[in-house]
Amino acid sequence: MAGLAYPPDRASPRIADLRSSYGLFIDGDVVEPASGRSLACVNPATGQTLAEVAEADQRDVDAAVAAARRAQDRVWGRMPGRERARYVYRIAGIVEERARELAVLEALDTGTPVRRTREVDVPEAAATFFSYAGWADKLAYAGLGPDPRPAGVAGLILPWYRPLLSLARQVAPALACGTTVVVKPAGTAPLAALRFAEICRQVDLPPGVVNVVCGGEATGAAVAGHPGVDAVSVTGPAEVGRRVAAAVAGTRTRLSLEPGGPVPLLLFDDAPLGEAVEAVVDATVQPPFGVAPHLLVQESVHDEVLAALTRRMTGLRVGDPLDANTDLGPVSTAARLRHVRDLVTGAEADGARRWSPPSDLPDRGYWFPPTVLAGVAPAHRVCHVPVPGPVLPVLTFRTPDEAVAMAGGGGYGPAAGVWSGDGSRALAVADRLRAGTVWANTSHRSDPAAPAGGYTGYGPGQRHGWEAYLAV
Amino acid sequence: MFVGGRFTAARSGRTYRVGGATVPLAAGEDVDDAVAAARAAFAGWSGAAAYHRGRTLYRVAEALEARVAVFSAVGVGADELCLAVDRWVWYAGWADKVAQAYGRTHPVAGGDLTVSAPAPVGVVGAAAPADAGLLGLVGVVAPAVVVGNTVVVLAAEADPLPALALAEVLATSDVPGGVVNILTGRLEPTATLLGSHTGVDALDLTGVDGPLAARLEHLAAARAAVVRRAPGPVDWRADPGTTAMTDLLRTRTVWHPRGT
Repeated sequence: MAGLAYPPDRASPRIADLRSSYGLFIDGDVVEPASGRSLACVNPATGQTLAEVAEADQRDVDAAVAAARRAQDRVWGRMPGRERARYVYRIAGIVEERARELAVLEALDTGTPVRRTREVDVPEAAATFFSYAGWADKLAYAGLGPDPRPAGVAGLILPWYRPLLSLARQVAPALACGTTVVVKPAGTAPLAALRFAEICRQVDLPPGVVNVVCGGEATGAAVAGHPGVDAVSVTGPAEVGRRVAAAVAGTRTRLSLEPGGPVPLLLFDDAPLGEAVEAVVDATVQPPFGVAPHLLVQESVHDEVLAALTRRMTGLRVGDPLDANTDLGPVSTAARLRHVRDLVTGAEADGARRWSPPSDLPDRGYWFPPTVLAGVAPAHRVCHVPVPGPVLPVLTFRTPDEAVAMAGGGGYGPAAGVWSGDGSRALAVADRLRAGTVWANTSHRSDPAAPAGGYTGYGPGQRHGWEAYLAV
Repeated sequence: MFVGGRFTAARSGRTYRVGGATVPLAAGEDVDDAVAAARAAFAGWSGAAAYHRGRTLYRVAEALEARVAVFSAVGVGADELCLAVDRWVWYAGWADKVAQAYGRTHPVAGGDLTVSAPAPVGVVGAAAPADAGLLGLVGVVAPAVVVGNTVVVLAAEADPLPALALAEVLATSDVPGGVVNILTGRLEPTATLLGSHTGVDALDLTGVDGPLAARLEHLAAARAAVVRRAPGPVDWRADPGTTAMTDLLRTRTVWHPRGT
């Protein structure tokens, strides 16, 4: 596919040190699930089972919430901030020590190329713990009042995309605030949370401060709806957010949502083309919120941009996530692969033109080539249903007003991008976009010092993502 | 009722009697009109300079203060009017300060200029707290609009006249039409109509409690609308803090590279 041949640079899966089965982590111990049931955790690159992971039911969730409550009342909620900070600093240090292992584990579990997990996700996860550790004894200066108290027990619902970093971004602030947590990782990507449980033991974190209950939607519902939980924080697709919001409606439970959703990228005629195309292609193959963005390109440069996109995509290396040369790995589950195929077929039926570079896709595993859909219109379904695969719908606009209107058509979203060589225009358009984060003339990055978060959702918790963990 | 800067009867022509007066009974179409007016006013109001919003609202306070007799005639005593005016003035002063208090920059790796600023959520649906008179109404309307939102508020069912007196002041002020819209009628079903309206970006449930609040929150959840929950029993005379404003704000973080 690419003109240059690189010898493979493959990390050994043994680095991930996988066991054949994993239990739940409740009250400082690894325990068998009450039902005895487990879910298979599958490697999307091969379709093979990586491990059997315990499935938590209501009884396990009850036990985890009770443990978190005891830990909150007796230990964590009373501990001075500077002592909580020590634990979180140690966690950060261990994440750095075990970086290689965590990077390979994430690549195996999610199909994210190991180059990305090694260079971005794991270091940022460590940095997130470091950063929030420092807040633990400075909450009085966070702009939340002179003496913020912990909210109590928080349920954390994690997404299937970037699970380690998402865990860090939710757990670190919770711990800094003095809140104890019940973590419910995604049913299809639980390994990062389970490894994190081991790290918690390694730093002698008091039992019950962090609990991990694995499972699917039912487990998530049990956590979100539990009367013993004071706050729920969700990072995930919009419909998960809606379900959780419905579960806590009418209760006193605080809610913090970081919803996945549409990520429109606006590319104006004066954009620095090379950089913009690089960022757009990168966002397509490694979407920051798990679902592919869509490109809104100014009509006058449409053909030029399309040519540059296809040129760049032709150079992408699709293959083994454990190979450091790989740019694009598999789709994360078989169900999502079917969904991607349906959406692309549907887009073609709607009139879009589909293009992919010639790709040698492996037989086993859940593979989809990088794909551009040209000639997409705002009414097409592919614009409104987030695509969990490397597919870039391309739409055109004429004026900035039109671009903003089209970008906002999907409602509020977590993020958007703007590319224009005119900084004034880029910033003015950024301010009109209904998105929590806007990347103007830059690639789609995150940082522990900057908040993440959708522009929607409710209750406190949108500003720094952590006020849900405080009783303010 | 006061919609889009004008006084209007209900589209159905229906009314109800309260406190010796006859007031319009809002229904679905009136809610639609009010939300549409609020939506149309949002771009201009939120795009106005914060200082300008503050000055406009300050002038409303001056006009309120001058209408002691009008408010007295609808059951708002001089004391309550005074407190309401003070509260309105307090909120007006926040217009150009919210961004200073709640905005920040972030020292991200890579040196980008990364700035978070609060932004209004959009069209807010609210209900005036029952039994809280003008002071409660002000405590719900002023914080929403000072930060750039536009509002559709249901006047208290049993005591709508102070809200209509406020509307008279707004009508003769330079607050653009559609920024504050006041409907009169029964709390139910009007609150449900407002809560399920797709044009409403946020629901302020301060004036709603119990099962109705829970139902409205469910409606909001289905549409991913922002919800400000009732903060429990409120002493409207006490320092309100800033949550009435910040709950109706969201944060937008903009990154821009910086370097040569």
